[in-house]
Amino acid sequence: MNLLSILPFAVIAAITLAGALAAAALPNLVHAALSLVLAFLGVAAFFFLLGAEFIGLVQVIVYVGAVAVLIVFTILLTRSDSGRPGYMNWGGVPVALAVLAGLLWALSRTALPAGQAGAAAPLTVLGIGQTLMNQYVWPLQAVGVVLTAALVGAVVLVMEEKR
Amino acid sequence: MGALEAVIAVSIVLFSLGLMAVLTRRDAIFMLIGIEMMLAAGNLNLVAFWHYGPHPEQMTGAMMAIFAMAVAAGETAVGLALILAVYRHRRSTQIDQLNTLKG
Repeated sequence: MNLLSILPFAVIAAITLAGALAAAALPNLVHAALSLVLAFLGVAAFFFLLGAEFIGLVQVIVYVGAVAVLIVFTILLTRSDSGRPGYMNWGGVPVALAVLAGLLWALSRTALPAGQAGAAAPLTVLGIGQTLMNQYVWPLQAVGVVLTAALVGAVVLVMEEKR
Repeated sequence: MGALEAVIAVSIVLFSLGLMAVLTRRDAIFMLIGIEMMLAAGNLNLVAFWHYGPHPEQMTGAMMAIFAMAVAAGETAVGLALILAVYRHRRSTQIDQLNTLKG
């Protein structure tokens, strides 16, 4: 491990996984949502570490800025049944552990390409925009349609029904 | 262990924690939080393979991560709207209480 120096990698990994573990295990919904923000920030720091600054910024703006706020709003709008005992169904833990063990086993058995230090071209906003508008113009249009449909669908779903 | 393996190992653990949240929680909002964690782990994988792959100048993995983020944001909005709609009818977001179809 030469390109990523060990220390920042370890710190970011610890923050990310601690936030994710807290989001998965804390009984209080608001605490879990705030821990999810911590995990998202850790993932964004990973993107910065990997040289994808724009994607890291988008991660912060979209996930920390919008998705986390949406989740907290929904939590606050649906609070009448919190604090119920037996909030966990522990049968899922062995399944998750089995998936974890299987994926780690597969990773240990796979020969991955060795990372070349500094080989990656810098991910500039200009390059992203040119690639999006040339090579990926149809996927971009499709994403626009998907986001419009999601927006309209979300509004229709929560609209008050006329009686 | 190379840098790529380390990033993918972190991503695997993040994915498994998200899967655990989806499988163990009875609250639909918690399940959505778990799905978000799994999507973030997938994005981390895409960016890691882009950075350490043989052709990073083509930006394939980075583009895929950007599209995945856009779709995930839409998915979150629709999922939360569904939770709100269900809550309005049933006064609950606990999925084990949504058993109307149970025979």
